[in-house]
Amino acid sequence: MAESDNIVVETAEKIFADLADPQTINNDKKNSWQAPLWQALSEAGLPLSWVPDDLGGSGASLADGFALLNAAGRFAVAVPLAETMLAGWLLAQARIASPEGEMTIVPAGPKDRISLDADGALSGRARGVPFAKAARHFAVLAHGKDGAVIALVDASKTRIESGLNVGYDHSDTVTLDKVQPITIKPAPKGLDQTILMLMGGVARSLQIAGALESMLDISVRYSNERVAFEKKISKFQAVQHNLARLAGESAAALAAATSAADAIANAKSFNDEVYLEAASAKIRCAEAAEKGGGIAHQVHGAIGFTMEHILHRYSLRALAWRDDFGSESYWAVELGKLIANRGADELWPLVASR
Amino acid sequence: MTAALRFDPIRLPEKCEQLRKEVRAFLAEEIAAGTFDPNKPNREDTDAPEFSRRVGAKGWLGMTWPKKYGGQERSFLERYVVTEEMRVANAPTRRFFVADRQSGPVLLKYAPEHIKMDILPRICRGEICFAIGMSEPNSGSDLFAAKTRATKTDGGYLINGTKIWTSSAHIADYMIAIFRTSPPTKENRRHGLTQFLVKMKQPGIKVNPIGQITGQYEFNEVVFTDHFIPDDHVLGEVDGAWKQATSELAYERSGPERFLETYYVLTELVRAVGPNPDTRSAEGIGRLVAQLHTMRRMSVSVAGMLEAGKEPVVEASIVKDIGTVWEQQLPHRVRDLAAFVEETATNRETLERQLDFAIKTAPKLTIQGGTTEVLRGIIARGLGLR
Repeated sequence: MAESDNIVVETAEKIFADLADPQTINNDKKNSWQAPLWQALSEAGLPLSWVPDDLGGSGASLADGFALLNAAGRFAVAVPLAETMLAGWLLAQARIASPEGEMTIVPAGPKDRISLDADGALSGRARGVPFAKAARHFAVLAHGKDGAVIALVDASKTRIESGLNVGYDHSDTVTLDKVQPITIKPAPKGLDQTILMLMGGVARSLQIAGALESMLDISVRYSNERVAFEKKISKFQAVQHNLARLAGESAAALAAATSAADAIANAKSFNDEVYLEAASAKIRCAEAAEKGGGIAHQVHGAIGFTMEHILHRYSLRALAWRDDFGSESYWAVELGKLIANRGADELWPLVASR
Repeated sequence: MTAALRFDPIRLPEKCEQLRKEVRAFLAEEIAAGTFDPNKPNREDTDAPEFSRRVGAKGWLGMTWPKKYGGQERSFLERYVVTEEMRVANAPTRRFFVADRQSGPVLLKYAPEHIKMDILPRICRGEICFAIGMSEPNSGSDLFAAKTRATKTDGGYLINGTKIWTSSAHIADYMIAIFRTSPPTKENRRHGLTQFLVKMKQPGIKVNPIGQITGQYEFNEVVFTDHFIPDDHVLGEVDGAWKQATSELAYERSGPERFLETYYVLTELVRAVGPNPDTRSAEGIGRLVAQLHTMRRMSVSVAGMLEAGKEPVVEASIVKDIGTVWEQQLPHRVRDLAAFVEETATNRETLERQLDFAIKTAPKLTIQGGTTEVLRGIIARGLGLR
């Protein structure tokens, strides 16, 4: 997906190149890049890509939105673009219009639960919510006695304990204590927390794959510049083989993530085949973030370990993204249970189903 | 940006699924008839000429080739489905697999018309077996160090020297081999090798079996002593084999056989843990399935690129690198996970027997058909590092 082939991605890449250049951002200690970047993205309608026109969004296809997230990963974009897109998508499932401004998803992990009580208030705690501190609104998936509900909640009505993930982005604990939502509607049949987590997981997979593409790119470039023992380090076989492995991890992540995105974009329902695609993407991309990111650092040596170098913007974020919407360990257990439950003779038919 | 690696999410078209059903039904019949046991993975040791003919009769050999040579002019994606179903079933494909995958395509590209008309239909009918004569005692990964000589004589060449690690040479009807027709030049050490079609079971060829650590005799030493090959058996350019070798690699390296070689132990592990696995088993199985799924999607993607007429050499090398390392580690991971499987699991013996074989098979997987080191060199070249 290196060259963009749709207008959404082209628009985004231009904005990222102009306003989210990793080196410029990395040198900017005051974070003065954030507001102009968010404004440009908003003016282009990108954070609400997945929201239909009549609900306040720009009505892009799922496929275009996924491609946009992959591009955002290539720039290690550190504004709540993915989060607002997912929140807008969730609200749109219940035909709730999206407000302007930053949003995020509550809960952002499969084990946290928000409940709806009899008088219509929401309560519960969600940990590791990305960019909660920056969000004006939350899209909440909660559980009532009649099933799942989707709600738009004013962030200021909740308690937020601020935290940072390993990539230095906000990852906060959000507590709802009898919060009255702005709007609340029943979730459509079939949409539950698992599906929300799989959507979020595929978004993170695409971002990790994008970050790995960039890590491969800058590692190859660095190895062709850096001289040691009187030759470019790219000429050492040990370095070449490490970079070949990084290329493999980057390729695997991209293949898994784009395949899952394609599966969801074309799915009629979240059946076992789509579950396999989405869970596998999160598992495999998380593994690639560890292995591939490790190689990128090894190739860069000490300079890659400094704050002044841009590598950590990709490597640490890719590692942090592993944790959101269910870690690879969580999804591996769930996928393993699904496989075991279907039985040995149904494994191959599932793998070969697409 | 670095030259982008592409793995577009290719989906198998509808007609593939119909074909898949036919292949599964055919294999189920063969299993029921006792042709092979799907629980016995040592198919490489099994020569099944009658099975080979029946696969040919189905139209599943040379299926992408032109009809005039016995082919079906079907797509690479359809061939992909046949290949993966055969692999997963542990079908005895040894007799036809090499001919179908790579020897046939080489002949299609480089053999004179009368040879194509003679040999290709017989491959399609599943009648003949091919071997590949690349490695020599002092020339393995370094293909261009090959020394076996082809000396020009009246109407052809005389071959002297030794090929080694040649799979199926003892049952093969033909071999496609490279021999030295000229010394390498100063400017180009790859110069001087020529690709030949060799008719086996002829005077001047002696095949000596070599025992493998699995206990099988699958590969051989092939000694040539003044063996005569006629001129029309030269494939492509004399002294120019190096120009011909690379384009086949994408076919050879990216198929499902590059990650499914030890797949059977995963199926058997799932059977052994039963429907309610503990957390450790579930996580282990989940990760392995996620990795398998990812590789298959990459492999199908490469098949799609081949179908579109591209030459995804780097992508194919990545599939083989990741795929063979995975299938090599798989028996060991399954062994880890099986350590706590209940003694009462009904398939425990089958799993143990399969693990025993898979663990012995594992070391060859990252060596045969291009070592991991060679593949990573190719990928590095694709990245612009060499």
